[in-house]
Order: sequence, then structure tokens, then C-alpha cells
Amino acid sequence: MSYTFTVSPDFSPDHISGWYIFNTWLQRQTCEAIHLEMFNDFDELHAAIHNDQIDLIYANPYDAAMLVREKGFLPVAKAAGESDEAIIAVAESSAVNAVEELKQGVRVAYTDDPDVRLMGMIMLEPADLNSENITPVLAGSYPVVAKHLLKNEADVGIFLAEAFDDLSNLIKNQLKVLVRSQISVIHHALLVGPKFQHQRDAMTELLTAMHHDEKGVAILKSLGFSAWEKVDDEETEFMIDLMDTLAT
Amino acid sequence: MISDMQPDDIVGDFKEVYLQLYNSIKRRILYTDIETPYPDGKLIVSTTDLDGTITHVNKSFVEMSGYTEEELIGAPHCILRHPDMPPAAFKDLWNTVQKGEKWQGFVKNLRKDGGFYWVKATVIPNIRKGSVVGYTSVRRKPSRKKVEECIQLYPTLF
Ligand SMILES: Cc1cc2nc3c(=O)[nH]c(=O)nc-3n(C[C@H](O)[C@H](O)[C@H](O)COP(=O)(O)O)c2cc1C
Repeated sequence: MSYTFTVSPDFSPDHISGWYIFNTWLQRQTCEAIHLEMFNDFDELHAAIHNDQIDLIYANPYDAAMLVREKGFLPVAKAAGESDEAIIAVAESSAVNAVEELKQGVRVAYTDDPDVRLMGMIMLEPADLNSENITPVLAGSYPVVAKHLLKNEADVGIFLAEAFDDLSNLIKNQLKVLVRSQISVIHHALLVGPKFQHQRDAMTELLTAMHHDEKGVAILKSLGFSAWEKVDDEETEFMIDLMDTLAT
Repeated sequence: MISDMQPDDIVGDFKEVYLQLYNSIKRRILYTDIETPYPDGKLIVSTTDLDGTITHVNKSFVEMSGYTEEELIGAPHCILRHPDMPPAAFKDLWNTVQKGEKWQGFVKNLRKDGGFYWVKATVIPNIRKGSVVGYTSVRRKPSRKKVEECIQLYPTLF
């Protein structure tokens, strides 16, 4: 029996080889055949989830909600100390200095990353903006969101905070942050699907001990974090409830 | 439990009123005209049990309410009840969540220091293994235009 593992397409391109190394390590540790399948975008990922083709996933919070509530997935671990936050930014040259100054019809650049868009739209609400009265500018990645702002093809951009922080200084210096979210409890998580749940406890043990040995530390580094931390059912349920309140 | 507000805790000139809470107890409320602006980028989160007793608060809740976490856990959620809020709003809140649905509304909340802050609140039932085990409210920064509308509307709902 072979299992399919995937990573939410919003991962940083710098970490792609890290996920392949992690998958190799995971196969050795669990003695299971696990195939890592990377999808180009959320549409492809959602189609695969819909067809029950995924057994393990490093999921973004939005997909985690659906996977746990509708597809019987269970949480295993998350990146220690990390949370998903969003940033609202404009070009440094923009006359706008606060979200409240934005007007209806404003051109908003964002990616297809659903949880970041959700958090971002909530931060635009104080200006009475919603998906019906903005002009959307869909971008393929966060550097492209930045580019739209710099070329004046969009007035305001919604970024995953981590992706914003990873932009080059040259680009960041030409951008102005209006708001950075401080939500803390929304995060990516590694989830196991119904067919892989026999390995859940073993995986929790393996992952949470990973930062204790040298090899593990090196792999974690290539994923961009320092350790895995156990996530229990209630923590995930709470995060999903919270996402639910944000969804309207 | 919920105790009367004390003049020593209040910052600024205050008015006094007695509010009937839970249809039984009376609480002395001391309140001022001082507004604390909603902090950008934050969510104010609390969870209650089925009776509306607070079981969890996040850091932003503690900061905005002016109470300590110890004072909040175990207190009824009407500890934040501001006299300018029409009772019909909370009746609607409870009717909605007890039907298992999501409630959304603009709420003026009372701080321990007598001041107030406006929020846009969303309250949902927490469903675990098919049963409702409590309720969670997540507040976000409201638009000023919506708050102005509520300032006009709410006095007409008493
Ligand atoms: C999850 C949850 C959150 C609530 N948050 C507030 C709040 O922030 N402020 C408030 O005045 N009432 C809040 N309420 C409603 C109170 O329970 C209460 O109904 C209200 O303060 C009016 O008091 P009364 O019902 O005793 O008249 C909340 C209720 C629930 C279930």
C-alpha cells in the first residue's frame, strides 16, 4: 500500500527540497511507502482532496477546517511557535496611511491562498470594504502582489506575513505596511487522513522528537522551522471554530 | 460571580446606573464617555459554557476589557454589558446561537475602568461530537460608519 502526502501550495519555494527530504525521512521512520505529490495551485489540491487521493497533508488552516470536519482527517503536529498572519500593505509612494482611508472600488491584489485572503479582507472591513465592492487583482504569488503595488496595478495588497518578510529588502523598502494581524491561533498543521491514522500516535512521537537529533535538526531547518509541536483535537477544533467566525 | 463596579476603578467623570442582569441580579454600573479604540489587526476572543459563563479569553480580550484573566474566567459574560446596549440585541444573540446558528452584530462593551469600546462580534456554537458544548465570540474592528449607525439606532430599541 502506498500513501500520498502533499503540502499546501502556499509553501515557500525555498522549502520545496526540504519537503522531499522530510518525506524520505518519514518513509524510513514509519516504514511506509509515501509518495510526495506537489500541486501547482489550490484548485488542483482541492480536486485531489475531493477525490480522496490524499492521506497526509501539511494543510493551511482553511483546508484543515474542511479536512477535519468533512473528510475525517486528524491533526498531528504544527511548526512550533509559528502562526499564520496577514499583512495589508501599499506602495511606499501611496498617499494612503491607514486602512480607513481606502475607498470602494480600490484595487486589491491577493493570491489564491484562502486563509490569508480571509484574514486580509477582515482587516479591510474597517473601511467598509468587502469582496463585492473592491476590484480584485489576482496574483500567482506574493512577489507578484508586491510587483502589482510597485507598478501601480493595484492600490493595496494582502500578504501572508511570512512571505512579506521573505521579500528582498529592495522590494520591502518600497512598500508600506498598514496593518499586520496578531491572531496567533491560526496555523498550518500536519494532518493524517482516515487511511493513515494507524500511524498517528507514532508520527506524533517521531515528529515531536525530531529536533533532538542532528539529522532531524537539519531537515527541520530545510523546512524553515525549528521543531514540530503536538496539536490536539481540541486545539484544532477551536481554530476551525475561529475560522468559521471569520468566514462571513 | 459579578460584583458592583467600584468608583476607585473608574477613570474620569462617570455616571451611575443599575442594570438588571440575568433577569434577576442588579449590578451597579459606573460608566464614562471615554472610548478605547479597537486595536488594529487583533481579534478579541472569548468562549463561554452553555450558560454564558466565561471559560476562555485571549490576551486581547484581557487588554481591552481591563479585567485580569482571573477576574474574567468564571464570570458571566454580561460583565461587559454596557447600559447603552439594547436588551433586544442580546436576546437575539441568545435565540440565534441556541438554534445552532451564527450571530453577528455590533456591540458596545463596558470596560472595568468605566470606558467603552465598539466591536463587530460573531458568536457561534462550539459543536463537539455532535453536541453543543459552549459558545465562542470573535470580535474584529468595526467600520466607523457602522458604529455611527448603531449609535443612532440603539437608543430607539429600548
Ligand atoms: C460567547 C458569548 C459572548 C458574549 N459576549 C458579550 C459581550 O462581549 N458583551 C456583552 O455585553 N454581552 C456578551 N454576551 C451576552 C451576555 O451573555 C449577556 O446576554 C448580555 O451581556 C446581556 O446580559 P443579560 O442577558 O444578563 O441581560 C455574550 C454571550 C456569549 C454566549
